[in-house]
Amino acid sequence: MKRVLILAALVALPTARAEAGGDAAHGREIYESRCIACHSPDANRVGPRHRGVFGRKAGSLADYSYSKALRGSDFVWNDQTLDRWLTNPQALVPGQKMNFKTAQAEDRADLIAYLKTLQ
Amino acid sequence: MSNQPANTTIIRPIQKLNLGRRGMFRIAGMTTLSAAAIAVLGGCKTMAATPMVSEGDVNTLNVALGLEHEAINAYQLGAESGPPAKAGARRRGPVPKPPQAASRCPDRRDQEHGGTPVAEKPMNDYAKALNASTLKSQADVLTLAAKLEKGAANAYLGVIPSFESKDLAQVAGRLAADEVMHWTVLASALKQSLPEKALTFGA
Repeated sequence: MKRVLILAALVALPTARAEAGGDAAHGREIYESRCIACHSPDANRVGPRHRGVFGRKAGSLADYSYSKALRGSDFVWNDQTLDRWLTNPQALVPGQKMNFKTAQAEDRADLIAYLKTLQ
Repeated sequence: MSNQPANTTIIRPIQKLNLGRRGMFRIAGMTTLSAAAIAVLGGCKTMAATPMVSEGDVNTLNVALGLEHEAINAYQLGAESGPPAKAGARRRGPVPKPPQAASRCPDRRDQEHGGTPVAEKPMNDYAKALNASTLKSQADVLTLAAKLEKGAANAYLGVIPSFESKDLAQVAGRLAADEVMHWTVLASALKQSLPEKALTFGA
């Protein structure tokens, strides 16, 4: 039983961190180091633009060519969905095309905190 | 920064490397696997039917192809921006581009394997997305290029765990190494010091 509780706590940890609020300044550094190859806040490039992504329905930008899988998804980008996406996009939306994983929970929380500032 | 124009000494050589590298996505023959992957990118059903390349790997390759398109156009923009290079050193007109990946496939109608190759956009789209109008100096060009190279290195490193094919994961590693090489040259030209910590890239 104790082991189950520990596992449950570990599973819940990333989301809890994201909800607790990360370091947006460090998130920006990560963004400009790792995400910038494909994404920009204000322009659709290899990936879609990110301004306004927090709270937006996934796959909903009319002027970006999403995968069928993401275009057909039905969820909103929030702390939980962004954390799951950054952890393993394919696990959240099978058939999507990003396939870039952010392994560290703290990095994901910081990235999400930065994405929230892009309003 | 040296007295040599960055267009001639840095941007053009990297641009040439990038052009050659995109061919890697297009030219079958490295291995059976990559040939199949490239066939998928080209939308060729008969070749793409091979079970050796998963749909996920195809999607990742397609994103990589998009990155290559952007990189080539970014360097073209860089080469056309900033102060002019020495007379005779600068090419007239755009750098010739290799034929599109899809053109190698005899049957472009069959693009049902999730393998529709990402199309190259018009240069103006890349210029707008990359804020090319703000590139006023060699330093601006090199700074943008360094930023993109670092991002690309991290992007290629970041997708390695997602590849089902170890061969393609290795290709991603090799591409990342290329990007780091480019970034190092650019950082050096910008007189940036090397990172103090180990494991700078990919994390």
